[in-house]
Order: sequence, then structure tokens, then C-alpha cells
Amino acid sequence: MKKNLTAWLCLLPAIAFLGVFMVYPLVDVLIYSFEEGYNFASQTFWGTGLYNYSYVLHDPYFIQALKNTFIIVIITVPLSTGIALLISLELSSIKALRDFFQTVYFLPYVTNTLAVGLVFMILFKKTAYSDGLVSLLIQLFGGPSVDFIDGPYWAKMFVMCFYTIWIVMPFKILILTSALASVNPMFYKAAEVDATPKWRIFYKITLPMISPMVFYLVITGFIGAFKAYSDEVALFGTDLNAAGMNTIVGYVYDMLYGNSGGYPSYASAAALILFAIVFTITTINLMVSRKTVYYQ
Amino acid sequence: MNEETNKKLKQQAMVSEKVRKIVVYFLLILWAVLVLFPFYWMILTSVKTYGSYNSEYVPKFFTLSPTMQNYVTAFTAVPLAKYFFNTFIFTVLTTLLMMVVVILSAFAFARLDFKGKDIVFSLFLSLMMIPNELVIITNYVTITNLDLRNTFLGLILPSVTSVFYIYLLKENFEQIPEELYKAAKVDGTSDFRYLWKVMLPISRPTIVTITILKVIECWNSYVWPRLITDDQNYFLVSNGIQEIRENGFGRENVPAMMAAVVVISVPLVVLFLIFRHKIMAGVARGGTKG
Repeated sequence: MKKNLTAWLCLLPAIAFLGVFMVYPLVDVLIYSFEEGYNFASQTFWGTGLYNYSYVLHDPYFIQALKNTFIIVIITVPLSTGIALLISLELSSIKALRDFFQTVYFLPYVTNTLAVGLVFMILFKKTAYSDGLVSLLIQLFGGPSVDFIDGPYWAKMFVMCFYTIWIVMPFKILILTSALASVNPMFYKAAEVDATPKWRIFYKITLPMISPMVFYLVITGFIGAFKAYSDEVALFGTDLNAAGMNTIVGYVYDMLYGNSGGYPSYASAAALILFAIVFTITTINLMVSRKTVYYQ
Repeated sequence: MNEETNKKLKQQAMVSEKVRKIVVYFLLILWAVLVLFPFYWMILTSVKTYGSYNSEYVPKFFTLSPTMQNYVTAFTAVPLAKYFFNTFIFTVLTTLLMMVVVILSAFAFARLDFKGKDIVFSLFLSLMMIPNELVIITNYVTITNLDLRNTFLGLILPSVTSVFYIYLLKENFEQIPEELYKAAKVDGTSDFRYLWKVMLPISRPTIVTITILKVIECWNSYVWPRLITDDQNYFLVSNGIQEIRENGFGRENVPAMMAAVVVISVPLVVLFLIFRHKIMAGVARGGTKG
């Protein structure tokens, strides 16, 4: 009896915090999303139904956010995973300077996204004083002068994806290099005896052995990219709708707070739509993995 | 004849091996440059004078007359020291509180027996799937209604529990042999004394890992602080830098901005360079990002 009491006392803080800030909000967000015309100041609403969802799905800003988010996901997830795999393979094939490279590659992980985003903005932005370093480099090779921050959509999307990849790379490289290091060297020795060509070793040994980790990165990569937000703020400022670069999460926060804020119902509906999308994609990923991933 | 072809083949193999090495190092160096360049650029720009920066249509890659003036501006024109201090307080308090909550729960799950333990633990685990974006809306309303906007309490409270870290620590606690616990019980050691004197020292690596990950998370957190603070006196560095970007130093003063960015980046980079292996091992075990 006394033991029961100690245990529950130990769990009390966690249960209290999780209850107030996780479980209750989960129920609450569902309720909000069905309350039509909810007024934040008076905390009243005039009906229940699916109006919030239909409003959000017909809001051009949301459609834009949805489009941006999907483009970011489709471009950055495969590219970053692919490049990370390439770099990790190279990294594990060398001895000299390996520790140095690993340290350097990890640096973006510990930096403040907002702060470094500002540096990227400076590098890409066109001002009255200068076209920006990147644009000048492009001009050096005979290209046009492009403003990547306030310019055409594709240019903004390019910086966006580039910065996202820059940010997520450290984690992927780290996970893949440790996965590669844990492959049993016996397999490689056996392949060497049989004089197996390099690409075959990669396809038949390395890739299957690290496939669980690659797959883990793909899943977390999808989830992370769908939740993209602070990287966008870092590059384009807080008014993402004006820049045309809003994301779904950005739309949720804009609905909640700021100049266009004060609509927790719309925010809830948008957040639940996002959750449904992420949930569906993750389920599909899991189904695909069951067929392709090799578990020892 | 045969010997000669052999020799030729060997030479060819050596040349192709060399070419491969060069390509590998070239690509590795290329990525290293891409990673390091923004850092170089922010330091470089931060020591250029306002006048010289704006007069360079084609920016120079070095400067012969570095100045510290921008750092002075960064600290005097905007309350950068205040942002810094706030972030420090926020990070320390959040991490400390979270460690207490996490350690107590992990201890209960790993060492104590009580009714419904398995059910409660599964419930905890199922909470791991819930994305922050889903609960942040209500939390914002809760904190606003509790009148905790623009307070440290409002900033800290929602992020002092982490199911994932409870899980990580519980796994670690469970690896400590049960015999130790029984022996301690026979000696009449209380549960909490045992936790403090035996379990925590043994699990130190995991605790250090969790602490470091949480510190990184706190130092870089942006979304929640932005929702909950609009008073500059409670801004964290992320919000501070956004404020500087949007309202700035009265005019577009890029070198001073970069000085602020350098100041904000330094603590974590230094922390990383000191605990590099620990941090990387920790993130490989329990970090997520991207």
C-alpha cells in the first residue's frame, strides 16, 4: 500500500503536466474544430459542425500553404536523404580527417535556426547596396540577377529547400554514419574474397544492412518537413502569407496569433488536417517499409 | 608478357583508386565549405564597419580593418543582454524542472511496483505520437486564461515533461541489476536515497545526454515563446533576433545584426566543441530533428 503511494507520488508531476498540456488539449482541439463562429473574447460560439474545416479548405492562404508544404516535402526529403547517404558513404571510406569532417558537418544542428537563417537571408537577398553574394556568383557565370528573398516564387522556394536541407543534414549524416559503422565487417571481407564489384557490395550488403536506419530517416524526414515553419520565418520574416511562403504550421499559428489571429477554431481545424495528412503518409511509409526494409 | 599485363593492371587500379580518393575528398570538402561558409560570413560581416559593408557592391571575402563597434551596437541599441539572460534563465529552469519530473517518473516505472503500471506506461507511450502543433492551440488559450502570458512560468510550464526522455531513462534504470536494489532495501536504505546514491550516478551518461539535448532545444525554441510573449522584457534570443530583423537598429544595419547572430550562436557552438563526442552520441541515440 505504501509502495503504491510512493509510486503514484513519483508519477504525479508527470501525470499532472501531461494531463493539462497534452491530454486535455487533445480533446479540446477536437471540440474547437467543430465549434462554429467561436469568439475568443467572449468565448461563445453559435453552432457545431464542419464549417471550420470547409472554411480552412477553401481559404486561398491555406491552399497556398498546403502547396508550399508539399513542395518542400517532395524536394527536401529525398534530396537530403540521398545526399546524406552519399556523404556518409564517403565519410566511412576515409580515415584521415574523418573526425574533423564529422564535427564540421554536425555544426548546423547546434545553431539557432532563426539566427543562421538571417545569414542565409543576407547571402541571398538583393538590396539597394548589393545584389547579394549568391546572385553575384550567378551573374559571374553569365546568369541573370535574381532576388531570392523577395523575387520570383521558384527562387524563394529554392532558398527555402536549400536552407531546409542544410538544417536537416547533420542529423541524417550522423545517423547514417553510425549505421554504416555498425555493419559487420565480416560481410565485406567475404565479398572481398569473392571479388564482388563495389556497386554490388553496396546494393547487396550495405544498403540492406542500413535500410532500417534509412527508413527511419525517411519517416522522421517526412514528419519534420510537413511541420516546417521556423526555417521559413528565419528567411522570409513573420508575415509568411505576404511572402507567399506560408506552410501549414505557419497557417495554424497565424490563425491563432498575430495580425490575422484570434481564430482558435480555424487553427484547430487546420492542425487536425495536418495531423491527418502526416498520419496517412506515415502509415503508407510503414506499409512500404514492410516490403522493402531488411530487418535482421 | 603476363607479368607486364599484371603490372599494368595494378598500376591502373592504383590510378583509379587515387582518382576515387580525390573525388571523395573533393565532395567532402565541398560540403564542409557549404556548412562553414555561413558561419564565416557572419563573423566576417560582423567585424566590417557599417560604412564599408554598404559601400561594397561586390562583398569582399576578408577585411583588413576589423572593428568591434558592431558588437557594442548590438548590446546597446537592442536589449541583447536581456534576451540572453532570459534565455539562460529559461533554459536552466526548464531543464532542471524537466529532469526532476523525468527522473521521478522513470524511477517509478523502472523500480517501483504498483497497480496499473503497465497500463499507465502504455498510455504514456501513446502520447509520444501526438505532435506539438495539435496541443499548442489549447495550451496558448490555457496560458492566456491563467494570465501567464509574458511570464517565465508561462514559458516554462508546457515543456517540462517529455515522454520520450522518461522512456529513455526508464530503459537505462532497468539495466541496473535488481540485486543492488534488494541489497539496499536489506540495509534499510529508503527508495529516494537509493535513487540518489545509486541509480543516478550509474545512469549519469544518459542523464547528461538528456540534459544536453534539452538545453539545445531550449536555446533554439522559437514558436512557443513567440506565441506567449509580446513584451520585449521576456523575449528569448530567437524572438530577439526576429525582432532585430524586423525592427532592427532603426536602419538596416547588417553588420550589427550579424554581430547579434554571432553572440547568439557562440554559447551552443562552444558547448558543442567541448562535449562534441557526448553530444553526437546523445543525438544518435535520442535526438530528432528534420
